[in-house]
Amino acid sequence: MADEASIDPADVTGEGVRRRDFINIAAVSFAGVGGLAVLYPLISQMSPSADVLAESSTEIDISAIQPGQAIKAVFRKQPVFVRNLTPVEIAEAEKVDTGSLRDPQTLDERTKAGKKNWLITMGVCTHLGCVPLGAGEGEVRGEFGGYFCPCHGSSYDTAARIRKGPAPKNLEVPSYEFTSDTVVKIG
Amino acid sequence: MSFPWAKEYKPGHPLMQWLDEKLPLPRFVYNAVGAGYPVPRNLNYMWNFGVLAGFCLALQIVTGVILAMHYAANGSVAFDSVEHIMRDVNWGWMLRYAHANGASAFFVVVYIHIFRGFFYSSYKAPREMIWLLGVVIFLLMMATAFMGYVLPWGQMSFWGAKVITGLFGAIPVVGQPLQVWLLGGYAPDNAALNRFFSLHFLLPFVIAGVIILHIWALHIPGSSNPTGVEVKQESDTVPFHPYYTAKDGFGLGVFLILYCAVLFFAPNMLGHPDNYIPANPLSTPAHIVPEWYFWPFYAILRAFTSDFFFIPAKLMGVLAMFSAILVWFFLPWLDTSPVRSGHYRPLFRKAFYLLLVDVVVLGYCGGAPAAEPFVMISQIASMYYFLHFLVILPIVSSIEKPAPLPYSITEAVLGKDEGAVLHANPTAA
Repeated sequence: MADEASIDPADVTGEGVRRRDFINIAAVSFAGVGGLAVLYPLISQMSPSADVLAESSTEIDISAIQPGQAIKAVFRKQPVFVRNLTPVEIAEAEKVDTGSLRDPQTLDERTKAGKKNWLITMGVCTHLGCVPLGAGEGEVRGEFGGYFCPCHGSSYDTAARIRKGPAPKNLEVPSYEFTSDTVVKIG
Repeated sequence: MSFPWAKEYKPGHPLMQWLDEKLPLPRFVYNAVGAGYPVPRNLNYMWNFGVLAGFCLALQIVTGVILAMHYAANGSVAFDSVEHIMRDVNWGWMLRYAHANGASAFFVVVYIHIFRGFFYSSYKAPREMIWLLGVVIFLLMMATAFMGYVLPWGQMSFWGAKVITGLFGAIPVVGQPLQVWLLGGYAPDNAALNRFFSLHFLLPFVIAGVIILHIWALHIPGSSNPTGVEVKQESDTVPFHPYYTAKDGFGLGVFLILYCAVLFFAPNMLGHPDNYIPANPLSTPAHIVPEWYFWPFYAILRAFTSDFFFIPAKLMGVLAMFSAILVWFFLPWLDTSPVRSGHYRPLFRKAFYLLLVDVVVLGYCGGAPAAEPFVMISQIASMYYFLHFLVILPIVSSIEKPAPLPYSITEAVLGKDEGAVLHANPTAA
C-alpha cells in the first residue's frame, strides 16, 4: 500500500512531465546506446582479418623481364601486371590526347620518374574484376595494344588506360617502390 | 480471416481436444491448408506453383543440411570435399545433383508463380502485401542461390563471387570499402567462402519465415482466382482439403517426373563445365555466365556500355539490374485497372505476352557472350522491359475497355447463378 502523501499529483492525472517519464527515457536511451555499441564488433568482424592484411606487401624480381614482355605476380591474392614497355609502346601512350580519355592520366603519372618503361598495374579489370589478357605470352592485347578483358570486352592501351568497353577506370596502379634496379616492392 | 462458411475444426479424440486447448496447432493447420480454408472452386493449374515452390524449399533444406554434413567450407579443401561427396559418400552424387537441380527447379516454379501473378494481376488490392512479401522472397532466393553456387569453389564459383561482389564496388564513394567488407579481403578467399556458407545455411530458414508471412497475408482476403472476381458466396468455394490437396498432389507428381528426368538423365545440363575446374584467382574463364535463372538480369546489367550523363556505365548497369526487380514492388500501384484477370483485358493480355517474350530474349542474351548482336538486342529488350512496367502498363490500364466480367465465380463455372438474376433485376425479389 502506497503512502497517499508521497504520490505525485502528475502521476495520478497523467499530465505534465513525470519522474517516471525521465526514468523511461533514460533507461531506453541507455539500453539503445548499449545495443548499438554491440553492433560495432558484429559489423567489424566482416572486414579483412589481421592475417589477410599481413599479406599486404610483395617483392618482385624484374631483372628477367625483356622489353615488350610482362609478368603476372600476386599481390593481396590478386594478380598484378609488371610490364617492360618498348620505346614504341611508350611513344604510343604519350601521343594520346589525355583530354579524350575516360580516366585522363599521362604515362608519367602512372609510372615512376626515370622508370617510364616499367608499367606496374593491378591485373584486375575495373569493370567487374576479371583478369584482363595481355600479360601472358601470346595473349591478345586488344586493339590498343595494352590489355584486353575477355569478360565484357574492355580494352586498355599501353599505359593500361581504359579506351573502350564498359570499364570506368584505368587499371589501378598499386603503391610500390623500387628497392633496387631489379626489385620492386609492392604495397 | 477466412469466410463465415469456413468449416470449424472439431477435435474428435479426447487427446486432440486436450491438445486443442493447450496448443491449437492442429486447428491452425486445419484452417491454413485443411478443410477449414475455403478456396475458389475455379482455380486452374497455374495455382499449383505456390505449393510446388514450398516443396522445392523443403527439398533444398533437406538435401542442403545433408550436404553440409560432408562439405568443408575452406578454400584449400572445398573443391575436394565436393568431389568427395560426388565419388565417396554413399548416394552423395544423387544428393548433390538433387540439390543443384533442385535450385533450378525452384526457380522454374517460382518464375511461373510470378508470371501467374502478372497475368492474373494477383498483386492488386487487397493482395498487395502478399505480392510485396513474394518479391522479398524472390530477392532472398537470389541471394541464397548465388552464395550456394560459390561453395563448390570451382572457376565459375570464384569468378561469379568476384563479379557479383564487384557490383557493389560500382557504388560511388563507399563501393570499394563495401566490397572489401563483404569479402573480408581484396578478392574472394577463405573469409568470403566461410561467410557465404554460413549465410547460405541461414537464408533458407529466413525464406521459410517470410513464406509463413506470405501465406498468412494470403489467408486474410483468401486466394485469387482465374476470373479475378472476388468470392461472394459459399457456392463460389470448395474446401482446400480434399479438393486442392488432391489437385496439388497430382501437380506435384507431374513436377517430380520432370525433375527426376533431369536429375537422373541430364544432371549437368544446367551447369557449367568450368565449375569442375578448381578456383584459380589468376585466370578468368573466357566466358563468365551466371546460372540460367539470373540471365535476364545479367543481360540488363551488361546492356549499359556507355556513360549516361555523369553516371558511369558500370553503375548504370548495376542500378538497372536491381531496378528490374525493385520495379515489381510498385506494380500494385502502376496497374490501376479495376479488372484483375488477363482473360478480360484484351490489351493487357498482349502486353503480358510481349513481356514474356522480352524476358525470354533477355535471358537468351544474358547467357550469350557479350558481343554483337547480343549487346544491341539486350539494350532494346532492357528498354522494353522498363517501358512495359513504367509506361505501357499504366497507359493500358487507363485506356483499355475490359470484356464483361461474370457476376460470380459460380456463374463463370456453371453458366448461371441464382444470385446473378437477383443482382441484374433486384425488383424480381
